[in-house]
Formats: sequence, structure tokens, C-alpha cells
Amino acid sequence: MIAANLPALQVVIPLIGAPLCMLLGRGRIAWALSAAATWAGFAVAIALLVAVIEHGPISYTMGGWAPPWGIEYRVDYLSAFVLLIVSGIAAVVMPYAYHSVNSEIPESRQRLFYTAYLLTFAGLLGMAITGDAFNAFVFMEISSLSSYVLISLGRSRRALYAAFQYLVLGTIGATFFVIGVGLLYMVTGTLNMADMAERLAAQADSRVTLAAFGFLVVGLSLKLALFPLHLWLPNAYTYAPSMISALLAATGTKVMVYLLLRFMFTIYGGGLHLGVAPVYHVLMVLGLLAAVTGSLVAIFQDNIKRMLAYSSIAQLGYMALGISFASGTGITAATVHLFNHALMKGALFMVMGSVMLRCGGTTIAHLRGLGRRMPLTMAAFVIAGLSMIGVPGTVGFVSKWYLVQAALGSGFWPGVPVAVVVLAASLLAVIYIWRVVEAAYFADPDGGAGAIEEATWPMVAATWILAGGCVVFGLTTDLTVGVASRVATLLLTGAP
Amino acid sequence: MKEHLILRVISKELIPFVMLFALYVQMHGDYGPGGGFQAGVVFAAAFVLYGLVFGLKTLRKVAPVAVVGALVALGLLIYAGTGVAGLLLGGTYLEYGPLAHDPVHGHHYGIMVIELGVGITVAAVMITIFQSFAGRGEPEQD
Repeated sequence: MIAANLPALQVVIPLIGAPLCMLLGRGRIAWALSAAATWAGFAVAIALLVAVIEHGPISYTMGGWAPPWGIEYRVDYLSAFVLLIVSGIAAVVMPYAYHSVNSEIPESRQRLFYTAYLLTFAGLLGMAITGDAFNAFVFMEISSLSSYVLISLGRSRRALYAAFQYLVLGTIGATFFVIGVGLLYMVTGTLNMADMAERLAAQADSRVTLAAFGFLVVGLSLKLALFPLHLWLPNAYTYAPSMISALLAATGTKVMVYLLLRFMFTIYGGGLHLGVAPVYHVLMVLGLLAAVTGSLVAIFQDNIKRMLAYSSIAQLGYMALGISFASGTGITAATVHLFNHALMKGALFMVMGSVMLRCGGTTIAHLRGLGRRMPLTMAAFVIAGLSMIGVPGTVGFVSKWYLVQAALGSGFWPGVPVAVVVLAASLLAVIYIWRVVEAAYFADPDGGAGAIEEATWPMVAATWILAGGCVVFGLTTDLTVGVASRVATLLLTGAP
Repeated sequence: MKEHLILRVISKELIPFVMLFALYVQMHGDYGPGGGFQAGVVFAAAFVLYGLVFGLKTLRKVAPVAVVGALVALGLLIYAGTGVAGLLLGGTYLEYGPLAHDPVHGHHYGIMVIELGVGITVAAVMITIFQSFAGRGEPEQD
């Protein structure tokens, strides 16, 4: 019975955890309940991925109403992979969260904090698993509304402004998305994604489908912070509580990339027969601009959390770039980078959370001499940082390898210039990572700052799980690249 | 508001009828226009009226913040719990058929309980929103 209902349980467990946490979450219970729900979610995601690899896509009908009338949950390689990323990162963040949240969120608010966290988690999972376009919008709103709350709970009062900025831009993005879904519904008369794809394939090019495509791409680009629609992201990640920065940076925008892939390829079938080819050029140019400007701006940031946020914008540029090739290698690169970037950015933000815990801030001045005082934490930063640069043996290298291959595979023009720009942007990453390393290992600590010791062991352990993952999945790519290349075949040919 | 005798008396008279109408909308949702959301809003309107006329402090005595907050969660739990009940009885999530021997009755019960959950959560959320907006400017308490 459990096996048959796994797709529902994936979303239902955190969704039931949220009200339970609100009712019962006194003191530590809130954390314990959220951790239990998160780990259960992770277990379900693993089971789903295994089931999909063994038996192919799973279709689950909500309430027994057969698709396309009822809501269908559909798990294929892509959704199972994204579910694994989201729940895996959350499962690692939970042990980390305990001390970090205790130090940053007043105890009276922790109950609501964890409730909002569980809702965000449920929303992110729901977007990845649903096979219904409108249902995806509903989950998008669930996760966004609760993440606005989470961001606003940051320690600095600027968190309120950051959350408000995110709320305004996020709502615009969601509105564009739902307008797009509405237009698609108008043309096809269905909300089920597979059904929609079938009916769109039979459509000759019509202005409405083109308009819908435009709305969807712009809305999702706003949500995934594609340059130049990224303005909400730096503040949101900088001022959010540390645990939320780590979680959202690693998963939030990834799910939006997932939706973009889903709509562009599963529903529109690449859309070339509908005349959407210019979108790919736009994505390529914006992706390159994002990679360069994101990395450039990151170099000049004083606050390291903000630096990492700009670096995220650059990394999202790589994903957009991978998508823009619309080739097997390109989509493999984008998909595998979803996973790899989640690992490294999660680890980097976790390091900053530990620094926040011990030093009370994350500017470059706070980091001076930390290499000796928090050796384990800073070593994790170095490893994840090397991965961010793309050093061989780390996950960053795997992503860049496939991305450059995809670029070169698209011919001399635009392939070679694109590959050159990607490599140049990686060199920019060397500069901003080096600034941190220099401050941590080669600068003398400011005198009389008191003894700063290593972060608590669950925080160090969680950080190292992700940092270790950067190396492990950099050396063995069977799981990540294996699934990602199947995703690419699935998206480009429709065959599972 | 002490001097507005008519306002006080009339609203006191009205409130039970507003609540009764809310319950009618709630229960009639299966057959005609209505349902949990509308019923919840109407039900909360009774509390909002009470709060407007008699003041926020009195409203907090009738509907304490902690209780209303718990009701928000309870409604959602009822909804999700019904879904799980269908799942435990051998159907899929939110399938009402298995809830009773006769699937038609199952659908009746399922929708009724689900709508009840919706009604409770919506009413509690509306009251919470009113209370927190009306309570702005007071020293913060959680």
C-alpha cells in the first residue's frame, strides 16, 4: 500500500507535518517533527527514483479521478531527480538547522518558522511531482508565500525589505506563469501536462500558444532569477536566516529550472514547430551575460553571503545556457548542474551559517584568520569553492565539462566563443573564491576578538556531507550523469 | 462604542443569524452554491463584526489568539487526514469512495468532512488576519 501511494506521500508527509508542527511544536518538538518529515520525504524520494529507474515512469491519480480530468502526479526521470535533489538537500540541512536556528530565531517564533519551512518543502516537492499545470502553480504559491515568511525572519531588519522585494517580484513571476497556463488552457482545453503536449503537437503555430510560451518563459525566468530578472535574489539570500539561505539557494531556483524544462520540452516539445526558436538565442545570450556579470559583481561584494548569491546568478546562467543548446549534451549539462550546484552552493551557504553562528556576521572582515580557528568549516569552504571554480575531481568540473562539450557540439559559431566565455567566467570564480581563502588563511585575525571555536558538530557534519558530496559525485558520475542523460533523451524525444 | 446603543443591540441580534447562515452555506455546499470557503468567510464575518463593535480586547476573550491559531492548523489536518483515511482504506489519496460501504455515501462523507476542514481553516485565518491588523501598533506579543 505504501509503495503504491509513494507519489502522494511525497507531498502529503510534509503537508501534514506543517499543521502538526503548528499544533504541537513546543520547544524542540518543532525541530524533531520537521526533521522526521524531511527524512521521511528523502526516503520516499529515493524509493521513487529507484522505482522509476527499474519500472519506468509512475502515474498516480489523485482521488481516483483518471487523468486528464483529475490531477495526475507523474514521476519520470526528471521529476524523480529533482525530488531527490530537493529532499536530499533538506535532509542534510535539518541537522544543521538545529543550532543555527536556535541562535538566529527567537524561541517564540521557532514553531511558526518550522511550520513555514515544512510548507516550503511541500511546495517545492509538489511542483516537481505534479503532472498538472495548474497544480504546479498552486504549489509554486505555497512554496513562495512560505519562503517570503522565512526570509523575513532573518536577523537584520533589512530581511523585511528583502522579503517584500521578493514578494513583489515573485508575485509578478507567478502571475506571468499563471497567465501562460491560462492561455494554454484556452487553446488546449486541458490542464494535464501530457494531454496538453499531445494537443499542442497537433496545433499549427498560433499567436496564443506563442504568447503563452512567452509568458511562461518570462514568469519562470523571473522566478529562477535569470539575469536581468535576478534583482530579488541577492537581498533575499543575504538577509535570510542561514539555514534558509542554504536551503533556498540549493533547491528553490532549481525547481523553477525544472518547471522551465518541463514546459519548454515536455509540453511544447521544444516548440520549434511553433516558431519559438528565438527564445533559445535569448536564453543563450542572457545565460552568458548572467555568467559573466554575476561572477564580476560577486568579486566586489563585501558580504560573503551576497557574494555567493551573485555567484548563484552566474550558475543559473550556466543552466540557462545548457538549455539554450536544446541538444542532448546541453540538457544533460543543465540537469546535472542542478544537482551539482545544489551540493556546492548548499555547502558554501552552510559554511557562512557557521561563520554567522561563531562570528556574528559574514563580511570579509569576519573571516580574517578563520582558517586556524574553524579549520574544518573553512576546509569545507575551500573544497566547495574549488568545485565552484570547476577544478577536476569535483562536481563543478563535471558540469563545466558537459557544458563546454555542448557548446563545442553546436558548431564553430556560436560554440567556440560560448565555450571561451564559460571558461573565462570560471576564472572569475577563482578570484572571488580566492578572496575568501586569502582572508581565512593568510590574514591575521583581528586582535582581541575573543576565542572563536569550531561550529557545533552537527553543523560541521552536515557541511561536510555536502562538501564531501562535491568530491564523491565529482569522481563517480554514474548516478548524476546517468540520470541526467536519460532526462535529456526523455525531454528531447519523449521516450522514457 | 458605549454610546451607540442601537449599533450594539442590532449587531448582537445579527451575529447568531450570521453564524447560522454560515452553517447553512457550509452544509448546503453539497447540493447548491456554497461550501467551506464561503461559509468560513461568513462565519468569520460574525467575529469581525463583534470585534468592530465591542473592541479587540473583547474579541480576544471570545476568540483567543492561541485557539484561533490552533484551529487554522486543525482545519488543514482534517482535510489532509481525510485524504490519508482514503489512502489507508485502500484507495488513493483523497479518494472518497472507500470511506463508506457504498461509494456514493463515501463521497458524501468525504466532501462534507473536507469542506468542514476548509471552513474551519478559512474562518480561523480570516479572524487571525483581522486580529493582527486591528492589533497593529500594540507592543508585539507572540
